[in-house]
Amino acid sequence: MGNGTSIGRVRGLGASHEGTNHWLMQRFTAVGNLVTVLFLGISLALLGDYSYASVAGWLSSPLPAFMIALLLISTFWHARLGLQILIEDYLHEPGTKFGAILLLNVASFAGAAFGLFCLARLVFAGGAA
Amino acid sequence: MERNFVTKGRTMANRPLSPHLQIWKWGPHMTVSILHRISGDGMALVGLSVLLWWLGALAGGPESYETFHDHASSWYGMVVLVGLTWAFFNHMSSGIRHFVLDIGAGYEIDTNRTFSVVSIASGIVLTAAFWAVILLS
Repeated sequence: MGNGTSIGRVRGLGASHEGTNHWLMQRFTAVGNLVTVLFLGISLALLGDYSYASVAGWLSSPLPAFMIALLLISTFWHARLGLQILIEDYLHEPGTKFGAILLLNVASFAGAAFGLFCLARLVFAGGAA
Repeated sequence: MERNFVTKGRTMANRPLSPHLQIWKWGPHMTVSILHRISGDGMALVGLSVLLWWLGALAGGPESYETFHDHASSWYGMVVLVGLTWAFFNHMSSGIRHFVLDIGAGYEIDTNRTFSVVSIASGIVLTAAFWAVILLS
């Protein structure tokens, strides 16, 4: 593999027209996922009691609420980037590909927003419905 | 040869294809790659849906949480949860392998093969260890 043309190197964008942004963000969010999902997994494994009072009480306290908010942002971002690759690899017709990526973006933002809203409701209402 | 690339009549569809799946001898690096995609996209579609259901049920109050809890602790709920746990630890292991490959290390055939096998095995071992902590404590 070569290093591209001179003007291509100056622009630094490559065949994707967006440079290494996707690749880098996939890795930044991967580190975020590693920290936050391990936090969630280990916390739930150690919690033991999975009744509403126990789980809602845990999630309403400051550190878990903060970590799950970060988890939502990081995982939905990472999933959006990963599913985009899946779409680009298997959908070849430009219109279908554009539509699928559009839906993916809408679903990713909607999912993350719904998760953050549920979390905020639980935390700020003190667990009361 | 170069003239062919600028001929308008030649469309993308007429270009020769690169060697595809069936031409390669199957190796662990191919298994780890396809498992990385399956576990990652599986978590994106199933895992995030379960996560949102869990948060929505908690925000809805004790009754909606009870519904979630009943499904989650049933046999099919456990199949999904164990599957998602495996997907996470598998994706984490092969993801860390990706970070090693990203710095330019681990491309020698023997090393690459070893890393691939270790990555697949550690996904299974970590899943078993995780559920052992929950079920035995």
